[in-house]
Amino acid sequence: MAVTAIAGKEVHVDDEGFLTEYDEWNAELATELAANIGIDELTEDHLRVIAFLRDDYVDQGETATLRRVQKVGEIATKELFVLFPKKPAKKMAYVSGLPKPVGCI
Amino acid sequence: MTTTQTAPAIVPDFGDEAETRKIAFICSKGNLDMAYPALIMANGAVTEGVETHIFFTFWGMDMINKGTQDHLQFTMLGNTAMHMPSSTKHIPQGLGGLPGMTGYATKMLKEQIAGLDVPEIPEFLHELHEMGVQLWACKMSVDMMGLDENDLMEEVEDIINVNDFIELSDGAQIIFV
Repeated sequence: MAVTAIAGKEVHVDDEGFLTEYDEWNAELATELAANIGIDELTEDHLRVIAFLRDDYVDQGETATLRRVQKVGEIATKELFVLFPKKPAKKMAYVSGLPKPVGCI
Repeated sequence: MTTTQTAPAIVPDFGDEAETRKIAFICSKGNLDMAYPALIMANGAVTEGVETHIFFTFWGMDMINKGTQDHLQFTMLGNTAMHMPSSTKHIPQGLGGLPGMTGYATKMLKEQIAGLDVPEIPEFLHELHEMGVQLWACKMSVDMMGLDENDLMEEVEDIINVNDFIELSDGAQIIFV
């Protein structure tokens, strides 16, 4: 585990750069994390996904999969591919300051 | 002395700049336990940003045939490694020949898969299609089974022959199931 500076703030990250401390995340950091992976603007739709993921993580203790975001969060998987292109599950977890989902589906 | 050091920003490599990877699955079996592995792998592939195709041929056609896709089954017959998922105790596969055993085994498998929140085959294929996976039906199998495009779920892109498939899977990693 390393400490890195993002948006002028020191945060703990894993080997790949995913935040490891839930409480170190904030909205400003999310904007920076998104920019790091080529998402120039976090829209209301992005923020809705992020809010669901962070709340769900507190409830479940693990990052929601795409299927869970669709079924429980009621956000279509198709939309997730538009918001977080190509690798939605990993990208939305990264921007939300959460670990990668472990489920296969 | 601390155990951690401030490092330059580490950004995950999501491979956005990498050359496009491509995978083509060939589904040739209509047994439930042969249908799921391909779809689960295809799901993994497409969510990793990989261009993903599935070609359905022979009994794999049953996965996309509207008349059969809701009734795929699992049989113990021919599975010499048969045991209950939660136990290592061997079950002689011949027991699968007893009346009602295939229905029972199918029900058990479906319950276990649903318990993992994995959708049934038709819904799964619909979801994969929504995510951009391209589904293709084999021309020869369609002819052999006396089917036409109206028999197939609407998510299927087209009925193509093997030459078309070889052409569209150019450069793809091919996985035969």
